[in-house]
Amino acid sequence: MKVKFSHSPLLGQPLPAWRSRLVLILLLLGFATLAGRSLFLQGFNNEFLIKKGESRYERVIEISATRGRILDRNGDVLAISTPVKSIWAIPEDTQLTPAQARELAALLEMDVRELNHKLAAEKDFVFIKRQISPEQADRVAALNLAGIHQQREYRRYYPAGEVMSHLIGFTGVDDAGQEGVELALNAQLTGKNGSRRVIKDRRGQIVEDVESINQPVEGKDVTLAIDAKIQYLAYSHLKQAVTENKAKAGGIVVLDARTGEVLALANLPTYNPNNRVRLAGAQLRNRAFTDTFEPGSTMKPFTAALALDKGKFRFDTQIQTSPGRLTIGTATISDAHAHGMLTVAQVIQKSSNIGVSKMALSMAPETMWTMFDSAGFGHPLKLGFPGEVGGRLRPFKNWRPIEQATMSYGHGISVTLIQLARAYMAFAREGDLLPLSLTRVDNAPTAGQQVFSGQTAREVRSMLQMVVEPGGTAPKAQISGYRVAGKTGTANKLEGGYYADKFVASFVGFAPVSDPRLIVAVMVDEPSGAKHFGGDVAAPVFAQVMAGCLRTLGVASDAPLKPLDVVAAAVEEP
Amino acid sequence: MAKLNLILLAAVVICALATVASNHRARKLFIEFENEQKRMRDLEVEWSQLQLEQSTWANHSRVEKIARDKLTMHPPVAGHIVSVGQP
Repeated sequence: MKVKFSHSPLLGQPLPAWRSRLVLILLLLGFATLAGRSLFLQGFNNEFLIKKGESRYERVIEISATRGRILDRNGDVLAISTPVKSIWAIPEDTQLTPAQARELAALLEMDVRELNHKLAAEKDFVFIKRQISPEQADRVAALNLAGIHQQREYRRYYPAGEVMSHLIGFTGVDDAGQEGVELALNAQLTGKNGSRRVIKDRRGQIVEDVESINQPVEGKDVTLAIDAKIQYLAYSHLKQAVTENKAKAGGIVVLDARTGEVLALANLPTYNPNNRVRLAGAQLRNRAFTDTFEPGSTMKPFTAALALDKGKFRFDTQIQTSPGRLTIGTATISDAHAHGMLTVAQVIQKSSNIGVSKMALSMAPETMWTMFDSAGFGHPLKLGFPGEVGGRLRPFKNWRPIEQATMSYGHGISVTLIQLARAYMAFAREGDLLPLSLTRVDNAPTAGQQVFSGQTAREVRSMLQMVVEPGGTAPKAQISGYRVAGKTGTANKLEGGYYADKFVASFVGFAPVSDPRLIVAVMVDEPSGAKHFGGDVAAPVFAQVMAGCLRTLGVASDAPLKPLDVVAAAVEEP
Repeated sequence: MAKLNLILLAAVVICALATVASNHRARKLFIEFENEQKRMRDLEVEWSQLQLEQSTWANHSRVEKIARDKLTMHPPVAGHIVSVGQP
């Protein structure tokens, strides 16, 4: 059946051809626009969309790097970082019931009021407690409180505590070195956090590595020259001496004469680097590096060595020290006892100010200055320690004769304990000085900077051995089984330009004399007990530490192992 | 001609399924790898804590205290030391 749809004659009219063509063109244009747009989005300007898409499933995660460990020469841990957690909160998001707040405060070992005060702050972010143990943090997480979050951090621990605090130093809460080796070698110890881009699935699991943006750089371990055993020996004997002599402060340095390594360095008063709540300036001072003192008689061997070196004196040249007083210009210097005629060796043994002054005055100021300078006095050692000082050595041009004389026995010149210890290396070695090293030295230099000739060094060495023999100033420095050498110092302290009735007792020495291995320098500041002489206060510490160190290191003895009256009492401890 | 097309179609389908399967396996292995790496980090943390614990127990002052007080030891007196050889 045929249906007629239209009876209208109007519809029977043929349409103009352009109309259908126009519709066709418009439709084609529409398609072309869509195709162009999609080409544009897909092909040319696709970065924005790709980024949007990636942000739906890609994540950048941080890879944390740990700070390097600090080890002693035998690999014992002196400082190590372990992860801890910090608890932080978004105050706006936290709605704690009083019971929950009490529970949280109890877990964090803090006051509820303090907790509420922190949470009431008008901030977007507050730390509630930093650096708590991972176990504690897990218990906090188990409470499942809204708005309370955790963050992983590292905390530095120092197992040796106050024994090594000045040398090792410590880091701040942001894990950067603030004192000691932690600061000096910060660049080496610090690690660098890395990051990588990953794809995570719906459950938060990483399913694909996209790229590593920054490789994490782990902090490097540092192996120090310190021997933890020797350090403990040095620290405990120094502490005992400072307590017994009611001294204000003290310092001790142990050096290896063969390599220039610092085997131990301790100062008192000290502090516990793991708990620095109440820390005063006096405790923080790394005295061996930052405090200068007038060394007194410990300087005498340098003047004597110079006089021998220049050929002006021989070890047996006679010097008149009678009547125990010597007037130079308007000033008079004196000896504790009048000695009469002394040889150069006896001048050192008896520690005669007059004898050594006469030697000094026979030389030009410039000669003496040059010797002091090359022995390392007057300028810092540049070991990278914070606050390291160089002491005082005035230019020789304006030395007056009296100053030249007093300088020869260690007044009018100031040094640090570590400088003094290093300078004695010239006598312990063949007249040369090695640079000091805080880190372990595996290939020691065979020869250093020459200060005196080898012959002079050997002669001074035997003079210094006479100091600890009967008739010397420090028989208490003797050790059974080893020949030791050293020099005492007892210097008045300068206070406001005048010498006060306060003393610095010191002793610097080395052993065994036949082939010196160790140098120990001891300084006790303001001993206020019954005794204040270096031979009574500092020398026993030297003997105890040196004996312990030589035994620890297994150094071959060079003297018979027989009990010494004076040492038997010193070695046998309470 | 139709037969060849069918064979090719089957080959394409098999390849596609194999790709999906191996991709899935790769992801599974990767997750396993990630877990092992996490375990490695956890063990490192534990190791650092153990090192800390060891050095705390082996502290020289603690050893000395125990040696003196508990075991009543003391350093040898000069006359009691015998040197038996050179190191």
